[in-house]
Amino acid sequence: MTAQLALDEAGLRRLLHGLPPVDQVGADARAAKLGTRSIKTSAKAQALDLAVRMVDLTTLEGADTPGKVRALCAKGIRPEPDQPDCPSVAAICVYGDMVPTAKAALAGTGVKVAAVATAFPSGRAPLAVKLADTVAAVEAGADEIDMVIDRGAFLSGRYALVAEEIAAVKAACRTNGHDAHLKVILETGELATYDNVKRASWLAMLAGADFIKTSTGKVSPAATLPVTLLMLESVRDFRAQTGRQVGVKPAGGIRTAKDAIKYLVTVNETAGPDWLDPDWFRFGASSLLNDLLLQRRKLATGVYSGPDYVTVD
Amino acid sequence: MANSGIFEYAPAPESRSVVDLKASYGLFVDGEFTEGSAGSFKTVNPATEEVLAEVAMGDDADVDRAVAAARRAYDQVWSRLPGRERAKYIFRIARIIQERARELAVLESLDNGKPIRESRDVDIPLAAAHFFYYAGWADKLPYANLGPDPKPLGVAGQVIPWNFPLLMLAWKVAPALACGNTVVLKPAETTPLTALLFAEICQQADLPPGVVNIVTGAGATGAAVVGHPGVDKVAFTGSTEVGRLIAKQVAGTAKKVTLELGGKAANLVFEDAPLEQAVEGIVDGIFFNQGHVCCAGSRLLVQESVAEEVVDRLRERMKTLRVGDPLDKNTDIGAINSAEQLAKIRTLSEAGEAEGATRWSPPCELPERGFFFAPTIFTGVSQAHRIAREEIFGPVLSVLTFRTPAEAVEKANNTAYGLSAGVWTDKGSRILWLAQRMRAGVVWANTFNRFDPTSPFGGYKESGYGREGGRHGLEAYLDV
Repeated sequence: MTAQLALDEAGLRRLLHGLPPVDQVGADARAAKLGTRSIKTSAKAQALDLAVRMVDLTTLEGADTPGKVRALCAKGIRPEPDQPDCPSVAAICVYGDMVPTAKAALAGTGVKVAAVATAFPSGRAPLAVKLADTVAAVEAGADEIDMVIDRGAFLSGRYALVAEEIAAVKAACRTNGHDAHLKVILETGELATYDNVKRASWLAMLAGADFIKTSTGKVSPAATLPVTLLMLESVRDFRAQTGRQVGVKPAGGIRTAKDAIKYLVTVNETAGPDWLDPDWFRFGASSLLNDLLLQRRKLATGVYSGPDYVTVD
Repeated sequence: MANSGIFEYAPAPESRSVVDLKASYGLFVDGEFTEGSAGSFKTVNPATEEVLAEVAMGDDADVDRAVAAARRAYDQVWSRLPGRERAKYIFRIARIIQERARELAVLESLDNGKPIRESRDVDIPLAAAHFFYYAGWADKLPYANLGPDPKPLGVAGQVIPWNFPLLMLAWKVAPALACGNTVVLKPAETTPLTALLFAEICQQADLPPGVVNIVTGAGATGAAVVGHPGVDKVAFTGSTEVGRLIAKQVAGTAKKVTLELGGKAANLVFEDAPLEQAVEGIVDGIFFNQGHVCCAGSRLLVQESVAEEVVDRLRERMKTLRVGDPLDKNTDIGAINSAEQLAKIRTLSEAGEAEGATRWSPPCELPERGFFFAPTIFTGVSQAHRIAREEIFGPVLSVLTFRTPAEAVEKANNTAYGLSAGVWTDKGSRILWLAQRMRAGVVWANTFNRFDPTSPFGGYKESGYGREGGRHGLEAYLDV
């Protein structure tokens, strides 16, 4: 099904345009309502730890250095040096050239290395360059590749082109016996409509994405709750139809524990508990982790400790 | 890692301490709380069956006193105040409702059984919004397109139901006061407490004595208010059965009447609808406020080509509904308001099964005490079944199907009621086509149970007459 459709422009168009439409007002209202759930005491403790385990701790700056990446890795492995019960994050997310540094720093810890690739964040490069970018990161030991789709091609309706690129990058993830997980960034802030978000989600899943991810973090708006809600509904429906489970990663703009918990509630009540696991849901974030840690301390001790009690990245 | 049950929401109870419950409450007449002359009755918390307070039972003599006070206030103060002065009082009431919102919300949930998230997010904010909206009209009545100088009617006798106690009070009191009338209001027997707290708010706002009078009691008290010769205007929201009695009672008198009665609304889902949001709309339509909504979308009419998919999605969604303690902030469906109402819902649901429809509820544990009913859907329902014709007024949905738009219209209108309808389709032209053909006072497109003070609300056929809300709502309280 996947391969055939990926090559058939007309078939893809029929399928994507045949998906039930999204009413924006209704989707926003549903997300807002999910955001009013009140998660307290034991549920909050569970949620905070789960959220820490789901963080892809990220640094994607031109100014990144090996030293900065090593510091981030140390933090990701043991976010709370004096609290051994605090879990590690899911992954450290870096540019491709930093993969060897991160890989070495994380060796043996179970924390994964995720690399952004394919001319991140714009994706405006020839396919050969994108594939070379991917292969280099995979060969350097990246466990996960975060690619961007060609939004220009998507918005002009060239769905097959987008799908073929995703499939090609997926193949590159499997270079030389490697098997890196592929996260496909839709950059929903540039897709503009909820119908587009839904179509792009299905397109990415059909083309072989292991994860669908909202944003690069370089475009505003980045992750929003309604967009994540739509993507969660899409992965749920996709599994019901194909049997294959795909993960979801909202990225960018999620800065507070309170927001993170709203996302977990949304996962719980739309895709379901099967997705409440770092294998199936991630937060792409840099400053979120510290707020999770502050809230975690508050819950354990009853007092707010302040920013000097958690480490700067 | 297996994650089933990893995210059990811990109880998140709203505190009761904000509410100062008294052991007993009197009647609010002429600006003061007074003893009733005919004893008292108990109001209970339907979620626990605990008695909340004793409330005075108003009789004919009490109603007499209240109407006399309202007449005095009308003649001497309220009808003589310029609109902008009336507006000041009404704005003040609106602001106090906002200031005391949490107290009102908790009290509403205690007395009615509705979840705190609804009283907090819907009932109380909307009640305040109604007062704000009609306060704005008070000095602009000549511009309401109802004549150059429309006059108030006099004393309004108002009888309201138990499903949205404070909100229905706001729908009635706000336009009445804005137009220059004074009010004698009888809240429902099972939910008098927020009306009595509203009386306190009137005192706090320095509203002149007698402008608002609240007489608690049961059916006989309501009949006394409606039948009192000193009442110029009758406004009633409640059952069609009682509405008929009121229409008979006031026939041949000079009283103006508005009635807002029952409903059996159709919620139409077409195959091109935004299905995910339609499922949300179906849930909001029938499970909002335990289905105790006169305009509830209690008949789902879904196009046959997507019927199975919609019902499957609906079942999945219903599994996440949380039934239980109304004061828990995560509760979606609270308690049924009374044992009597619970018995009625049970009877009609049993009739549905007996007539051959298929009943389904998600697995959910109901509290042992209190009046609770699991969210329920019936599939395989036909137009001839009782559950497709009679108002259940509970969290019970009847699912029917249609094949063509014309059939959808025919089935939707095939009811004695006509309060509301919903349409779910991505086609704007179809929405307009349907809205023109629906014999219903409100037609919602791609949403349901959405209320706003600027929008008129009211029924066709046995759902009553007159409109509340919006500019149209002024007409019911003015001599035009």
